[in-house]
Amino acid sequence: MIDKLVLYLQMPMVHYALIVGVLIALCSSLLGVHLVLKRFSFIGDGLSHVAFGVMAIASVLQLSNDMLLVMPVTVICAVLLLRTGQNTKIKGDAAIAMISVGALAFGYLIMNIFPTSSNLSGDVCSTLFGSTSILTLTAGEVWLCIVLSAVVVLVFVLFYNKIFAITFDEDFARASGTEARLYNLIIAVITAVIIVLAMNLVGSLLISALVIFPALSAMRLFRNFLSVTVCSAVLSVFCALAGLIISILAGTPVGSTIVAVDAFAFLVCWVLGNVIKRRN
Amino acid sequence: MELIRAEHLSLGYDSHNIIEDLNFSVNEGDYLCIVGENGAGKSTLMKTLLKLLAPTGGQIRFDGLKKNEIGYLPQQTQVQKDFPASVYEIVLSGCQAHCGLRPFYNREEKKRALENMEKLELTDLRNRCYRELSGGQQQRVLLARALCATRKILLLDEPVSGLDPKVTVEMYELIAGLNADGITVIMITHDISAALRYASHILHIGEDIFFGTRDEYAKSPVGRYFTEKMGGQAL
Repeated sequence: MIDKLVLYLQMPMVHYALIVGVLIALCSSLLGVHLVLKRFSFIGDGLSHVAFGVMAIASVLQLSNDMLLVMPVTVICAVLLLRTGQNTKIKGDAAIAMISVGALAFGYLIMNIFPTSSNLSGDVCSTLFGSTSILTLTAGEVWLCIVLSAVVVLVFVLFYNKIFAITFDEDFARASGTEARLYNLIIAVITAVIIVLAMNLVGSLLISALVIFPALSAMRLFRNFLSVTVCSAVLSVFCALAGLIISILAGTPVGSTIVAVDAFAFLVCWVLGNVIKRRN
Repeated sequence: MELIRAEHLSLGYDSHNIIEDLNFSVNEGDYLCIVGENGAGKSTLMKTLLKLLAPTGGQIRFDGLKKNEIGYLPQQTQVQKDFPASVYEIVLSGCQAHCGLRPFYNREEKKRALENMEKLELTDLRNRCYRELSGGQQQRVLLARALCATRKILLLDEPVSGLDPKVTVEMYELIAGLNADGITVIMITHDISAALRYASHILHIGEDIFFGTRDEYAKSPVGRYFTEKMGGQAL
């Protein structure tokens, strides 16, 4: 088995997959803490279904680079969904659910009416559950992912204190003069970017897992925001690596293997958390 | 010096007005209590003073009060009940409004957070998790955070709700002490006896609107109704 692993690890396509997997896991877990605490756990699901719908349109239009359409539309939806104004007529979770299933239905409908390949259900399935496309990434895509991830991490570090302030108490932040609207907008944009990137890795049905599992696991173990954020990032990267290697060795689907490892890690953290609590 | 003046203020949601033609002013060093029945619009008034809501009519003038010179003690939200954050992280976040676009807190702001924690006897709780504290301790943390945001004016939204009687008195004394140090206080409360004991001015909203000093309130019809019911013990 070690021989098999060493053999695989020499292939450039496996290098690419590992780089992209780790970066996406890192970015999604950083934002996950904010999204879970703000009760936006399902934002990943909602936005990825939007991206799925737009991807269907892009493939019907036969765009050479569907990112050019998918990215802006998803960003706009993220901004609309995360705009936490008092005047919104439909409340947060209902709005997300509505856009999420609506986009999914329209996407599938469009793909059915204008089929672009003979293997329709295969196409749909690979977009929903993640495909082997993480193993067929080109150098260009990997670089795009590296650059975008670097931007996301940099923005997160620079805005870390502001993100904490508006996550804990947005009214206080706004009342005392913090530009909460601007920072909410920034968070919405990077959330959308991460989710479009993550579709390659785990597919649109499983993205929520990358966002919420590491944050929830870290919250079992730690009691302050900085530790939770750092733990969530470390845990997410570790689970993504473990999941990728298992899926390569065992030939299982990449996305669901990573999510399974994340879920297992949550279980371990939950038990550990209870043990720690009982000791104190 | 006058800090806030409300002129012919109307408040409400959409086009429905809860309060109309409200006039009052707050001077530096005042202790204003806003009292009134549930649903009278106390919290709406506070959100308008904080510029979280726009008034439906009239205006509020803020003279000599910059946007980042307001300290606010909100009511507890659902999110905060299971939020993983240490006392120090929360108190320090009160300095955020002074940072502008600067990403990290500077030495002066960290010192200020520590001073305010010292003042409110939170130093020993520095690394404790907020959600594991008692109600009174949580309110002191939020008060310390508000003090990091301002040295001028505090707006408190029912600061003693859910606290036991002993902690309630301690909280009131703490706020009175801050007022004595020169910080202007605007407080929403249900507790008219506390308002009569600590406030310098009282704003009563509801069917009857009253604004004036504490002594004027005690003599006014709306104030007399309450003081007589309580046997005048508050004064």
